[in-house]
Amino acid sequence: MQASAKPEFSVNITTNLTTPASRETSAALPMRMTISKLNFFYGPKQILFDINMGIADKRVTALIGPSGCGKSTLLRILNRMHETVATSRLDGEVLLDGQNIMAQDVTALRRRVGMVFQRPNPFPKSIFDNVAYGARINGFKGSLADTVEKSLRHAALWDEVKDHLHKSAYELSGGQQQRLCIARALAVEPEVLLMDEPCSALDPISTAKIEELMVELKNLTTIAIVTHNMQQAARVSDFTAFLLTGQIIEFSPTPQLFTTPSDPRTEAYITGRFG
Amino acid sequence: MTARLRWRKFVSNFMLAMTGLCALVSVLVLFFILGYLLFNGGTSINWDFFTKLPKPVGEVGGGMANAIVGSGKILLLASLFGVPIGFLGGIYLAEFSGKGMAWVVRYAADLLNGVPSIVIGIFAYGLVVLPFKHFSALAGAFALGIMMIPITLRSTEEFLKGVPRMLREGAMALGASKSKTIVTVIVPAAYRGIMTAILLALARVAGETAPLLFTAFGNRFESHGWSQPTATLPVMIYTYAVSPYDDWHRQAWAAGLVLLGLVLIINILARTILSRGIAVPRS
Repeated sequence: MQASAKPEFSVNITTNLTTPASRETSAALPMRMTISKLNFFYGPKQILFDINMGIADKRVTALIGPSGCGKSTLLRILNRMHETVATSRLDGEVLLDGQNIMAQDVTALRRRVGMVFQRPNPFPKSIFDNVAYGARINGFKGSLADTVEKSLRHAALWDEVKDHLHKSAYELSGGQQQRLCIARALAVEPEVLLMDEPCSALDPISTAKIEELMVELKNLTTIAIVTHNMQQAARVSDFTAFLLTGQIIEFSPTPQLFTTPSDPRTEAYITGRFG
Repeated sequence: MTARLRWRKFVSNFMLAMTGLCALVSVLVLFFILGYLLFNGGTSINWDFFTKLPKPVGEVGGGMANAIVGSGKILLLASLFGVPIGFLGGIYLAEFSGKGMAWVVRYAADLLNGVPSIVIGIFAYGLVVLPFKHFSALAGAFALGIMMIPITLRSTEEFLKGVPRMLREGAMALGASKSKTIVTVIVPAAYRGIMTAILLALARVAGETAPLLFTAFGNRFESHGWSQPTATLPVMIYTYAVSPYDDWHRQAWAAGLVLLGLVLIINILARTILSRGIAVPRS
């Protein structure tokens, strides 16, 4: 809410400078995921070139870049959603807690690496059943009601829906639906949460709520977010990778990338000269 | 210029009138049939029609209780046979099959859908009636079941394919396997459409006469079990309508009305299912 109350032009790129994360460098932090020498193809077309980066534990890592730069593809590789395209091919290594994700059971991996999509995609079920879905299919034995309440609280949605948990998820507003999807993802307690432009279909107030949420969720999980809204990356993330035509141009702590970019292309992009 | 404009206006109005007229005619045909059936059937129908067996030739009165029960039995068995095959085949087609295989199955299903119903009747006659050496409800249900397969299969496929991709991805991202995604998200999301299509398929075969003529055949008495010749409403209508007796003609009209009522009820049921539950919004 706070962010939306501010005038549009004072978007606070500098606030992160005061947080502890601003003084950290990625090298000093434990990594939840590491990507090394990653090359990715759709059929004969190469989409990603020699990607090397890490996703720091309990931090928000943002991927920015113009449309078509491969940032969403990179995000989807992290829980192997790229495999839904039959012609995709991948070289290189992606590690989760030191283990190659390609060698693991894909369903087990996706329980550990959750995902929130560009547009809210609740299932045609009740609010309760949506959040309980992940727990149910994984044969969860504990109290579903507790899990649902906890997840909805983490997603800052509990107070709005607690009296009608059994209504259709489609009766919620777009922003509420997206927070429901976040709650649904949190319910299986993922180690990493991937967010693919989670606010691109939402209004500014809903966007502000979700951004606020991301900052809070850092205590709970590790977040990687794709956005083509640079201000959003500046507001919520600790580290930012700037991608251009399938390559990482720059990967640094967010305040550094936005204030003293080391590559002229990064500077050109963040100052709005292209993209 | 103005003459040209006037001509264009004339053509426009003329075509508008023609399309409107044709729309009106198509509706009128239906209402004419309905009205005629209601008038003739309504005056002949009575409680006996639903409760009594047909009277011997020459006696006035009686009903078609056996045919109503027979139609019900055969439709039930036909659904039990045709719907699972069509439904599961549709799931395979939409979710698992490769392009080549899908093309073959889809094409075959469309051809099967176009096979004249009397041909399917002969097929059932050869496959079920001849080996068992008598007409039976089983044979009739087999013929109607075959007719339900392609409709169920194709509509299941279409409705499953209509489920938004993002719902699949949502389930998969939570660690659901492909089969779990299908059972817990995709089929529930498409369920209402599939159910509606199955009911409409049922309504369509409910009125089929040709495939029953030499499979279920007909019976003037009650038929117990599944292996006896069994009376059905469409075949009764056919038999009674071509007979020389006035009373039988009246009963044929009544049977027509009952059959129409049955189809109407199935349609209403289908619409009720469509309007209940949670619909997936179109994106």
